[in-house]
Amino acid sequence: MIFPDKNVLVNEVDTLVRKYGNGRESLLPILQDIQRKFGFISDFAMQEVAHQLNIHPVEVYGVVTFYSFLSTEPKGKYVIRLCKTISCELAGKDAVANTLERELNLKFGETSMDRKFTLEYCHCIGMCDQGPAMLINESVYTKLTPSKVIEIIESLK
Amino acid sequence: MPIINDTLFFDEKAHGEALERALMMSPQEVVMEIRESGLRGRGGAGFPTGTKWMLALSAKADKKFVVCNADEGEPGTFKDRVLLSEYTKLVLEGMVIGGYAIQAQKGFIYLRGEYAYLLEHLNTFLERMRKENRLGDNILGTSFSFDIEIRLGSGAYVCGEETALIESLEGHRGEARNRPPFPVNTGYLGYPTIVNNVETFACAYIVMSKGAQWFAKYGTEKSKGMKLISVSGDCKKPGVYEVPFGITVKELLELVQADRTKAVQIGGASGICIPMSEINRNISFEDIPTGGSVIIFNEDRSMLKVLRNFMEFFVEESCGQCTPCRVGNKKLLEGVEMLEKGECSHRYLNELIELGKTMQIASKCGLGQSSPNPFISIVTNFKDEIMSNSIRGNNGR
Ligand SMILES: Cc1cc2nc3c(=O)[nH]c(=O)nc-3n(C[C@H](O)[C@H](O)[C@H](O)COP(=O)(O)O)c2cc1C
Ligand code: SF4
Ligand code: FES
Repeated sequence: MIFPDKNVLVNEVDTLVRKYGNGRESLLPILQDIQRKFGFISDFAMQEVAHQLNIHPVEVYGVVTFYSFLSTEPKGKYVIRLCKTISCELAGKDAVANTLERELNLKFGETSMDRKFTLEYCHCIGMCDQGPAMLINESVYTKLTPSKVIEIIESLK
Repeated sequence: MPIINDTLFFDEKAHGEALERALMMSPQEVVMEIRESGLRGRGGAGFPTGTKWMLALSAKADKKFVVCNADEGEPGTFKDRVLLSEYTKLVLEGMVIGGYAIQAQKGFIYLRGEYAYLLEHLNTFLERMRKENRLGDNILGTSFSFDIEIRLGSGAYVCGEETALIESLEGHRGEARNRPPFPVNTGYLGYPTIVNNVETFACAYIVMSKGAQWFAKYGTEKSKGMKLISVSGDCKKPGVYEVPFGITVKELLELVQADRTKAVQIGGASGICIPMSEINRNISFEDIPTGGSVIIFNEDRSMLKVLRNFMEFFVEESCGQCTPCRVGNKKLLEGVEMLEKGECSHRYLNELIELGKTMQIASKCGLGQSSPNPFISIVTNFKDEIMSNSIRGNNGR
């Protein structure tokens, strides 16, 4: 994923507005698609969305910063979200967290220089009976162990 | 999937033809049937579903909406995920029944972003319903038309609160609104809207297929029917259980084969933590109400560590709109840190409990109103343990 060209973004927003409509209620679906495609929502993207939905850019910024799955900073191709909520913690989240940090050479909250991986914590993802659990983009991984994590990371590298 | 006694959800044969039956009745009759069943909302608060639908039906407007709350963000809950993925028909046709009952034209499923992997399955199912004329124009040859659209959340727990959810659907920050007005009058885009939990719609389906009397046979006086419970933590058989309301915590612990139990958190992070001396209490709206999250802690677990986890959750998930919740949760978390270091005197602990009680009253929405629950119940029920840390650094963890 590279920084998108302005024309590409304008076209993309155009397509999305046609797909979802130009009402305010289309804002979140549009932003979610931009996030998915480009890995973040740039200042320019926010301005363009605001322009096409006829709202103030500050409104768009307010929405983007409210939701933890939307970001103004570039995220990696693979966003890894490890659940840090209690049931996963009881099930051994710390060992998994240590393995992730070591194997990716990243701390939680960081994105790798090559924008391949982002490592984050998240709250309960509804897999509490099969913890520790994590999401990589939109896929879910359960009953994690250090060796399972190593295998998963290797397959993505 | 483990079950006990009779079962509503997990027995395909019990499902029947609810939609057909509902569409042969008038909307008023459907609402009456739901009222008679005694069904109460399964999302946690337990508002009578029939009453909610009645209010929305009687509201005068040219558009009405149905919202299925699939935000399932309460720590320790996963039964809605299981219903959506394995008992899809009950949920989606339950929504169509709700739409018919209040005479709405459109429904939304607000699916948490974390469950985006369910999108494909749900959309395929919706497409099939449209082909079979169970969704779309003139459903099953009647004059009733209704469609369902899925909207994704984006990782904010507070968006499960119904007015924050509506804000989010409208393209705003997920900040709770003052109530009243309630969504049944002023909901999505200002139109009458019913917001119900995933399991509530599945229950409505079952009521319509088996009848109100049959449904009301199960459960207790004020909590009718069966409840799905998501069990995790220290036990041999975690998972989703379907149990009758009124089941004691003790019975549940036996069912899931928990041993050496010290404490049980009921209702997720916003619920309460009970010690073994209270396990004869039961799960129902009369005693311990819950959306269905049960987390078990054995004797090896540090209750302070548990409490810290919950308080970090609330500090991070508070939307920050109102002071009691924004500041109060930070204070409570600091209190936990002081307890860990053995620096929290009993007098200060009592002040924090009072602060928690203020938050319960003064916070704007359910998040801040319930976030002090684990703090108050853990420091009260496990006082000896949490007050045992030494100021000299033996932090007992
Ligand atoms: C912070 C917060 C989060 C909530 N999350 C959910 C949720 O994920 N799912 C849900 O059904 N209800 C949730 N609720 C309850 C909803 O506000 C609402 O009461 C419920 O959706 C009504 O449906 P029901 O009557 O069928 O239970 C939450 C409430 C609060 C205060
Ligand atoms: S109680 Fe908390 S989450 Fe609810 S409105 Fe106030 S700050 Fe926001
Ligand atoms: S606690 Fe980790 S998935 Fe629920």
